[in-house]
Amino acid sequence: MTKYILKRIFYLFLTLFIIASITFFLMKLLPGTPFSNQNRMSADQLKIVKAQYGLDQSVGVQYVRYMAGLLHGNLGTSFQFNNEPVTSLIGQRLAPSMQIGAQAMILGTILGILLGAIAAIRKNTWVDTLATFISILGLSIPSFVLAVLLQFYLAYKWGIFPVALWDNFQSSILPTIALAALPLGTVARFMRTEMVDVMSSDYIELAKSKGNSNWKVVTKHALRNSLIPVVTIIGPMAVSVMTGSMVVENIFSIPGIGEQFVKSITTNDYPTIMGLTIFYSFLLIIVYLIVDILYGLIDPRIRLGNGGKE
Amino acid sequence: MEKIPQIPKEKFKLVHDENNAEQEKIGTPSLTYMQDVRRRLFQNKVAVVCLTLLSIIVLISIFAPIIAPHNPNAQNVTMSNLPPKLGNLNIPGMNGYQNMGGHMVDAYKQAGAPKGTSFILGTDYLGRDLLSRIIYGTRLSLVVAILATLVDLLIGVPYGIVSGWKGGRTDTFMQRIVEIVSSIPNLIVVILMMIILKPGLTSIVIAIAITGWVTMARLVRAQTFQLKEQEYILAARTLGEPSMKIATKHLIPNLSSTIIIQTMFTIPNAIFFEAFLSFIGIGIPAPNASLGTLLSDGQKAFRFLPYQMWAPAIILSIIMIATNLLGDGLRDAFDPQSSEH
Repeated sequence: MTKYILKRIFYLFLTLFIIASITFFLMKLLPGTPFSNQNRMSADQLKIVKAQYGLDQSVGVQYVRYMAGLLHGNLGTSFQFNNEPVTSLIGQRLAPSMQIGAQAMILGTILGILLGAIAAIRKNTWVDTLATFISILGLSIPSFVLAVLLQFYLAYKWGIFPVALWDNFQSSILPTIALAALPLGTVARFMRTEMVDVMSSDYIELAKSKGNSNWKVVTKHALRNSLIPVVTIIGPMAVSVMTGSMVVENIFSIPGIGEQFVKSITTNDYPTIMGLTIFYSFLLIIVYLIVDILYGLIDPRIRLGNGGKE
Repeated sequence: MEKIPQIPKEKFKLVHDENNAEQEKIGTPSLTYMQDVRRRLFQNKVAVVCLTLLSIIVLISIFAPIIAPHNPNAQNVTMSNLPPKLGNLNIPGMNGYQNMGGHMVDAYKQAGAPKGTSFILGTDYLGRDLLSRIIYGTRLSLVVAILATLVDLLIGVPYGIVSGWKGGRTDTFMQRIVEIVSSIPNLIVVILMMIILKPGLTSIVIAIAITGWVTMARLVRAQTFQLKEQEYILAARTLGEPSMKIATKHLIPNLSSTIIIQTMFTIPNAIFFEAFLSFIGIGIPAPNASLGTLLSDGQKAFRFLPYQMWAPAIILSIIMIATNLLGDGLRDAFDPQSSEH
């Protein structure tokens, strides 16, 4: 297990290094300069500005510098947002994103587990059909479509929630619902399949024949054992929540990382794009790593150490 | 010498003569695997409904130039933001009336539209017909989906087969590449590619292609590993068939269910990515319509012109739901065990 974790951590750094290098050189390939008022600057001014951002050096030197900066957690300076270091930009915007992301994951997972479990227990009844229908809706409808519809009805038409605002908990409810739909659908579906499998296993039959009540069988035996595989889908879920948060934050005007990313893309703020790309990749890879290790710990039958050979 | 007793032929009687033939007869025509799959698919009502819906959408997209009532990019500022109107039928919400300051006003009369003008889904802020734009937007989504699928088939399938077939060091090396590619979040790659390449159809397809083939390659490789050990493959090898021929004649037909099912999940994914990129403004450039840009435009004006947001939202959702459900139906049809419990 230790060897496996060490190997994974090595791959984590290798992947991050590759991502950072690719991002760096791709950004260098881009035509044009980041200085929009370049035509109005004299040659001397341009030289000063370029020196300020270290752009007067050769690409090789810039690359080494950027990589060295990365090791110290320095992601460069934003071109657009008041010359702020990218790290502090990310720092300011981390909290709202984390809040809605976490809320959405928790809400989606809990509701998904309940929905999937109910569907499995009431298999092949209308309850099951309804639950399956809800999970398909959650899986299929893109989060930004849902966000737009929620905003129109719950916020604008009926005025229950603020349309686009970020101050208290109430303003985080709509974005949370919009983001939670996908995890809900995924978990519910996965849970149902697992639970149906577990419910037909021998130990459930035994628990039932010992005279346990239905409720006890479900909560003590079935639910627990069905939950283990659900851990595997946390990684992909985190990715989808992050993807969703980029647009959802924009729709609801939440000052989060996703909104910043989209803004940087539309304003060609390359250092910020690079910094956020590396940051996002880092987060996702960490989530994947944790999930894999967790899974190996929970279920010793699945040690991924054998080079992925099935 | 002993004499063989002569028994006349009439004394012999066939037991169960006619019954035997009856019993041995095969009542139903034997079905090939594919016929069986088709039968199971068509028994699944949900899948049939989705298949029909998708076929209609595909047909409309193919014949878009004939079906679309207007040019999707033709601007007519005098006719901007007109609400939906279906001929002269007086259906609430589809009669060209609009709420203005508490009164229902005939927006068509106000805009001075000639008699008989009607836009079934209304017009946008530049006076472009929304229905035509949605038809063309859907067409674009489907083109992206088809191209993404092609890439999946042309890169993912051969990659998986080679990796699984060769095994050993080649496989290890190829799997390292897959591991690295798959650990880079595909959203990041797609966004990076979109920033570097010029926004447009080609860049979207390239961006999706770079990450999209990995899942297919993995599944195909795992399946190839299993198939490789089968007797018929061994037989083909013993008979000296070249690897290329084994791949095309034996492996691909047996991989087809995996490939078809995976394809059905590539399609909604590609459609989602296109809409997503267009929605945040780095996808399909103006003036071309895409479901993502239409939705983004509709969202900006939804307070006063909600119809502009509804139509693309519904179409996009229908396509996504139908492809997902059809994918499920296909999986059940190919692998009945997966849903039997």
